[in-house]
Amino acid sequence: MRLPAKPGLGFKPEHYPAIAETKPDLGFFEIHAENYMGAGGMPHAMLERLRQDYAISIHGVGLSIGGPDPLDTDHLDRLSALCARYEPESFSEHLAWASHNGIWMHDLLPLPYTRETLNLICDHIDQLQTHLGRQVLLENPATYLLFEESDIPETAFLAEISARTGYGLLLDVNNVFVSCVNHRSDPRGYLARFPLEKVGEIHLAGHEEEELPSGPLLIDSHGRSVAEPVWALFAETVSKTGPVASLIEWDNDLPDFATLMAEAERAGGILAGASHALAS
Amino acid sequence: MRSHRKFARNFLGGISGGPVPEGATSTAPSETEHRFRVYRNNVAHGLSRALARHYPVVERLVGPECFAGLAALYIERHPPRTPILTEWGGRFALFLAETETLSDLPYLPDIARIEWARSRAYHAQDAAPLRPEDLRRFAERIGEGLQLYLHPSTQILQLATPAGSIWASQQPDGPRPPAPDQWCAETVLVARRGIAHVITVVITPATGRFLAHLMEGANVAEAHSHAGDGFDLNAAFALLLENALIVGAGHREDQT
Amino acid sequence: MKTETTLGIATALTCALGLASAAHADDMSKDMEKCYGVALAGQNDCAAGPGTTCAGTATKDYQANAWKLVPAGTCESIETPHGMGSLKPKEM
Repeated sequence: MRLPAKPGLGFKPEHYPAIAETKPDLGFFEIHAENYMGAGGMPHAMLERLRQDYAISIHGVGLSIGGPDPLDTDHLDRLSALCARYEPESFSEHLAWASHNGIWMHDLLPLPYTRETLNLICDHIDQLQTHLGRQVLLENPATYLLFEESDIPETAFLAEISARTGYGLLLDVNNVFVSCVNHRSDPRGYLARFPLEKVGEIHLAGHEEEELPSGPLLIDSHGRSVAEPVWALFAETVSKTGPVASLIEWDNDLPDFATLMAEAERAGGILAGASHALAS
Repeated sequence: MRSHRKFARNFLGGISGGPVPEGATSTAPSETEHRFRVYRNNVAHGLSRALARHYPVVERLVGPECFAGLAALYIERHPPRTPILTEWGGRFALFLAETETLSDLPYLPDIARIEWARSRAYHAQDAAPLRPEDLRRFAERIGEGLQLYLHPSTQILQLATPAGSIWASQQPDGPRPPAPDQWCAETVLVARRGIAHVITVVITPATGRFLAHLMEGANVAEAHSHAGDGFDLNAAFALLLENALIVGAGHREDQT
Repeated sequence: MKTETTLGIATALTCALGLASAAHADDMSKDMEKCYGVALAGQNDCAAGPGTTCAGTATKDYQANAWKLVPAGTCESIETPHGMGSLKPKEM
């Protein structure tokens, strides 16, 4: 099972009537796993209806793969049940952590990249893939800090995880841009080192910018349209990979559905261009 | 492992107001603290808004600034112990009851109970209502021993204040809040009609007792006898049927 | 007595069924439209539980605020038998 190599949108219940009415031409919808763990009601009714017409990507935000604690087995069971119920074309999680000692921060927190954390994450991913009985994609984070202990570059860290575990990668191009600007490094260099052959899905989103004395600090806000430099990086990336399932994420200050569709159509145009370029 | 544990502990210490974790840095080290605050603020903001989505009427009653302050305290005292945000926040009513500065708003914890019950009802398991003809057949066949099974979202709240009426007064185009001379305890039914409509209805104490007994497994006749003064069986049935809350019927042993 | 109660329950149910059977129809798509139409207008008849997001949202500094836990919303218009809603300046 794979997501179609077309644009997709993060599903927002507010947009359900517009989606039901217009049946937009999209490759897939993505949902956050933890928002569909209630027993019943509207969330499941909408998702079931959506599932009839679209491919579905389930995106976990709460497993804390990069945390020091053992994975929460109850949560693994819930993720398993959700995947069994909806049979999504893709399941993805984050290179991040969110909980420690039984307390969840509900944010994607950064971690140092070391041999120790690499081994830990590979163990967690093996456990997750075994539990779900499927390949999983891991997403590169947007980060605001660095850690003195880190002695493996993020791209090498992800490449090694993928090589060892068979994990695919979810490339968030906005996160690449946000992190590289924040750490004063070159996003094109990052992408040149990224194992693009492992990419099963791309994320695109908008960010906010704040000015610090040393230069800009970008915040991964998901609250506005995709920035021009991110579109450019996206086009360069898919000219190398060929068309890939590409998601527009917009979680805050939600606009009307037409605005989201315009973003998706722009992504679709770039994907179509990549397809022609590779064919010629 | 030991060092990653220590890292996580320090990081979380920083999130809850402690110093920036050891080893955190940035290309301009003087800005590290500012950058760390993005995480700290994001956690606080995210959890505070999650709580506000459970408790919109509490937020409206106390105002956004006071609510944000209450949320910050609640996060500190009762941080999420679940990866599912919709399941976090269930102790907010108790927390409000213990918060001294709110003692002049005695109805506030009851409002929070209603809102938590509404969230539970929204996510409760689905169950289709019994068809009217089946229900009629059961009633005629079984009569006195009739057992009714209610929708899993059904909750009866016995409140010491008129919080049901106050909750209603805070809805768009809601009625006026109760006047001081109408101040009384209220029984509130919270449930979900179909897949979408969470209802919040002030009911008589007798209807409340009747429904509570049904939910505990009493049959209709037993629940009727426990309902007490002023009970109107027709009205209680009408309430259940209008809201599609009867999802099964039978004898104690043969539920459909 | 037994017959009376049996009849009473059956009659009450039948009577209520006659009045309420129309409300049984449960059209999901209509429900959804109505629900989200209302939700978009700012009412919370269909209040969803909060969503999770994997995005940063806040740049405001939470630690720098000294919280003032003084209620200052619509509670001011609700009169209890003990007086109006709290407006006494109390601080934690």
